[in-house]
Amino acid sequence: MKFQYVPVLIAFGLGGLVAAVFVAAGMFLGPRRPSPVKEAAFECGNPPSGPAWGRFSVKFYLTAILFIVFDVEVVFMYPWAVLFRPLGVFGLVEMSVFVLVLTVGLVYVWRKGALEWD
Amino acid sequence: MQELVDSLVADGFVPGGLPLWVAYLGAMLVFGGIVVFVFILPIAGITTWVERRVAGRIQSRIGPNRTGPAGFLQWLADGIKSVLKEDIVPSAADVPLFKLAPYVVMTGFVAAFVVVPFGGPLIIADLNVGILYLTAVTALVVVGILMAGWASNNKWSLLGGIRSAAQIVSYEIPAGLSILPVVMLAGTLSMQGIIGHQGWAPWTWHVFDNPFTFFAFFILFVSALAEGNRTPFDLPEAESELVMGFATEYSGLRNLLFFMAEWGNLYVIGAVVTTLFLGGWQIPLALADHPVPRIVLQFAIFFAKAYFWVFVAVWLRWTLPRIRVDQMMIMCWKYLVPIAFVNFMGTAVWMVLFPAGVPAVRVLLSLTAAGLLVAFARRVVFHVRRALLTREELSFNPLSTARVMSRG
Amino acid sequence: MSLTGFEVEIQREVDGGLTTEDMTLSMGPQHPSTHGVLRFVVRADGEVMKEAIPDIGYLHRSIEKISEKVGWHGFMPYTDRVDYVAAMFCNQGWAMAAERLASIEVPKRAEYCRIIAAEFNRIQSHLLSVGSMAMDIGAYTPFIHTVREREYINDLIEELCGARLTFNYMRIGGVAWDIPPGWREKALSFLERFEPLIDEYNALISYNKIYTERLRNVAAISAQEAIDYNLVGPNLRGSGVRYDVRRDLPYSVYPELDFDVPVGSGELGTLGDCFDRYMVRMREMKESCKILRQCLAQLPQGPVIAKVARNFKPAAGDCYVRIESARGDMGWYVVSDGTAFPHRCKIRTGSFAAMSIIQKVSRNLMIADLIAVIASFDLVAPEIDR
Repeated sequence: MKFQYVPVLIAFGLGGLVAAVFVAAGMFLGPRRPSPVKEAAFECGNPPSGPAWGRFSVKFYLTAILFIVFDVEVVFMYPWAVLFRPLGVFGLVEMSVFVLVLTVGLVYVWRKGALEWD
Repeated sequence: MQELVDSLVADGFVPGGLPLWVAYLGAMLVFGGIVVFVFILPIAGITTWVERRVAGRIQSRIGPNRTGPAGFLQWLADGIKSVLKEDIVPSAADVPLFKLAPYVVMTGFVAAFVVVPFGGPLIIADLNVGILYLTAVTALVVVGILMAGWASNNKWSLLGGIRSAAQIVSYEIPAGLSILPVVMLAGTLSMQGIIGHQGWAPWTWHVFDNPFTFFAFFILFVSALAEGNRTPFDLPEAESELVMGFATEYSGLRNLLFFMAEWGNLYVIGAVVTTLFLGGWQIPLALADHPVPRIVLQFAIFFAKAYFWVFVAVWLRWTLPRIRVDQMMIMCWKYLVPIAFVNFMGTAVWMVLFPAGVPAVRVLLSLTAAGLLVAFARRVVFHVRRALLTREELSFNPLSTARVMSRG
Repeated sequence: MSLTGFEVEIQREVDGGLTTEDMTLSMGPQHPSTHGVLRFVVRADGEVMKEAIPDIGYLHRSIEKISEKVGWHGFMPYTDRVDYVAAMFCNQGWAMAAERLASIEVPKRAEYCRIIAAEFNRIQSHLLSVGSMAMDIGAYTPFIHTVREREYINDLIEELCGARLTFNYMRIGGVAWDIPPGWREKALSFLERFEPLIDEYNALISYNKIYTERLRNVAAISAQEAIDYNLVGPNLRGSGVRYDVRRDLPYSVYPELDFDVPVGSGELGTLGDCFDRYMVRMREMKESCKILRQCLAQLPQGPVIAKVARNFKPAAGDCYVRIESARGDMGWYVVSDGTAFPHRCKIRTGSFAAMSIIQKVSRNLMIADLIAVIASFDLVAPEIDR
C-alpha cells in the first residue's frame, strides 16, 4: 500500500527532470549574448520605472478569505461525499444544516458587497 | 500498476532473486518514463498543432502546412526553435524564483498524470484520493504562474500572475463542488473506482444520472477552462491587454515549458471530465475478449472522449472574446458557486429519494443530449450545404474577370 | 532601541492603516493593442485605473512642415502618410484645398472617381477598425475575416491607382487615372458579395454575449461631452449626434447622393458607450455600399482631370476645407502666399481630438477597458502625430 505514493514522487522527479533537460539543452544550444538593455524589464519600450514590487491592490483580499472559507468547507465535504450512500437520510440532514450555514454566509457576503468590485 | 507487476512476477518475467520493491520501483520508473516522454510531451506538442490547424479552418485560412504532412511536425520544429533561442533572465528579476517557476509548473503538470487513467489497468497509480490529488497538483501550476509573475519584476507579469491567482482561487470552488456529486454517486475518490461505477452506455454515465449532475458537468468544464487559463478565461496571458501576462519576461525554453504545461493541461481537463462524467474507458465487454485488444480499445475510446473536449476548448478559444476580470469574478461567485451548491444538494436529495436512480430520467437525459447533438449536426449540415449551394454567391473571388464575363 | 525593518513596516501599518500603492504602468509605445506607437501612462490601483494619460508624438514626421518645402503637387504623396489607413481622404483634403485656393473646377467624372475611391477606403478602414477591435477584446477570428474582405478592396484600389496602402490617387484638379475597363463590374460584384457579409459579421461577433458585455456601458460619452471635447466622425455619432460633414456641409457630389447617417442609440446600454461607436462603424459600411452603388450607376463620362498648370501657383489667401474622413471631420487649413510652395498647412484630425477625452473617460475603468476604449475610438497613431 505504501508503494501507492511512490509514483507521485517519481512524477515530481520526472517533471523536474524534463524541465531541467530542456533548460540545460537551451543553455548548451542557445546563444548567450547578454546586454543591459536586453535584460531590462519590458515596459513597452520605456526604461523601466522602478520595480514592480509595490504594495498591490488586488481587490481580492475578501475573495481570498472567502476562498479559504469555502475551499476548506469543500474539502470537508469530500469524506462525507464518499460515505454518503451508507449515511443516507442522516447524512443528508446533517449536510443540509452545514450547507445552510454556508449559504447564509454566502448570502451575507453577497449582501455586504464583498463580491462587488470597489 | 502493482497488479501488473504482480502478474509479471507470477509469470516469471522478473528475475526471482530480485526484491519485490525493486521490481515495483523499476516498473514505475519505466512506465512513468514512457508516459512522460511518449505520451505527455508529444500530446502537449501535438495539441498546439491541432490548435493551429483548427484555428486555420475557423479563420478560413490554412494554418501550418510546411513541416511534415499537413504541418504535423510543426510542434517539433517549434520546440527546436525554442531550444535555439537565447534564455534571457532580466537583471532586475528575483533570479532564483524566476528560474524555479517553470520547474514548479512542469512538476505540477506531470504529476497530474499520475492519476489520469489511460485504459483498463493502465494508470500510473490508482490513488485512493485520486480526484482530490488531481485538484491539488493542478493548483501547483498556478503557484508556478504566480511565482513567474512575481519574480519577473515586471508590471505586466505581476498583473498576469495576480489574475491567475484570483482566477484559480475562485474557480477551484465551483470545480470542487461539481466533483462532489460524482464522488457521492461513486462512493470513492479513486479515478478507476469512479470509472468502474459507470458503464459503457451513455445512460449509465454520471452526467446523465440526474438533472443536477448534467449541469454539474458543464460547470466543471467551464471551471476547468478557467483553471487552465483558456479563452474566454485567458486573463493571465491576455495578449492584447498584458502583452504576454505572466510569461512576458520568459524567452526560449522557459517560455516553452509554460506553454507545454498549458496545452498539456487541456488533455488533463478532457481526461478529468471523461473520467468523472463520461464513462471513462468503459467499453462493452463483449467487444474484445483478449486483454491486449481490450486495453487498446479502452485506451482509444478514452482518448477519443478526452480529446473531443480538447477540441471543444480549442474551438471555444477561436470563437469567443475574453471576459473582464470583474466579470470573471462575478460569474464565478454569483452564478457558478450557487448553481454548484444547488447541484450537489440536489444530487444528495435525489440519491436519498431514489437510491437506485431513475432509469427513465437517465434515458431522457441521454436522449436530450443526443437530440442536442443531432440538432447541432443538422445545423452544421445545413450551413455547409448552404455554403456549397451559394458558393457562387459567397465564396467567389469578386475580382476574377471570368465571373464578370459569365455574368455580363 | 531601534526598530528592525519589519517592525517599521508594522508600525507604518498601525499608523496609516492598510494602504496600497498606485502602480504606474506604461502602456505603449510597444504594446500589442495600442495600434501603432501610442503611449498611455496608466496610474492604476490594482486592476482599476485612476487615469490614463495619453503621451503622443512617437510618430511625428513633420508632415505639415514638409508641405512648405515640396510644393503643391509634390505634397500629394506625403498626404498619404497622414493617415495611412485612410489615405484617400487625405489626398482629397489636400486636393480640395488647393483647388479652392486656385478656383479650379473639377470635372464631374473626377468627382465621382474620388467619391468611389474614398468610400471604398472608408469601408476598408472601418473593416480594419472593427476587426482589430474584436481582436483587442480577445476574439481573434473576426479580424482575419474582416481583413480578408479588406484585401479585396486593396486589390480593387490597386487596380485603380497601383498602390494598396499609400494611394497617391488624387491630383489637384482631378484624379490621376480613370477607372480602368471592367473595373466597374468588379466593384459591383464585390459589393454584391460584401453587403451580406456585414450581417455575417454581426452574427459572428457583434452580438456575442461576452463581446457586448465587454463593450456596453464602458466609457459612455454623452452628446454634450462629445461636442465639448470636439469628437468627430463615428466617435461623435456614437454619442447620438447626427453630424456628418458629407450631409451637413456637403462637398464634392455628396448632395446628389442618397444616404443615411447612422448614429448610436444606446441599444444595449448607455448612449455613447463603446458598443455604440462600434455599431456606428458597422452601419456606416452599409451606407458606404449604398453610396458606392449610386456612384457606380451615375458615373458620367468626361475627363478625369482639369487643366492645371505644372507650375501651380494659387492666388495668395487661405482656406479651410472639411471632409468626412473615416475618422471623422478632417480639416485642412492651407495658407498660400502666391508662390509655388504653400506658406502653411495645418491638418486637423479626428484621432487627435479623441485622444483628449481618453484621460477623462478612462477614470475608474479597468485596464482591460482601456483597450476597448482605444479600439472604439479607432485611433490611428500617424494621424494623431502627423
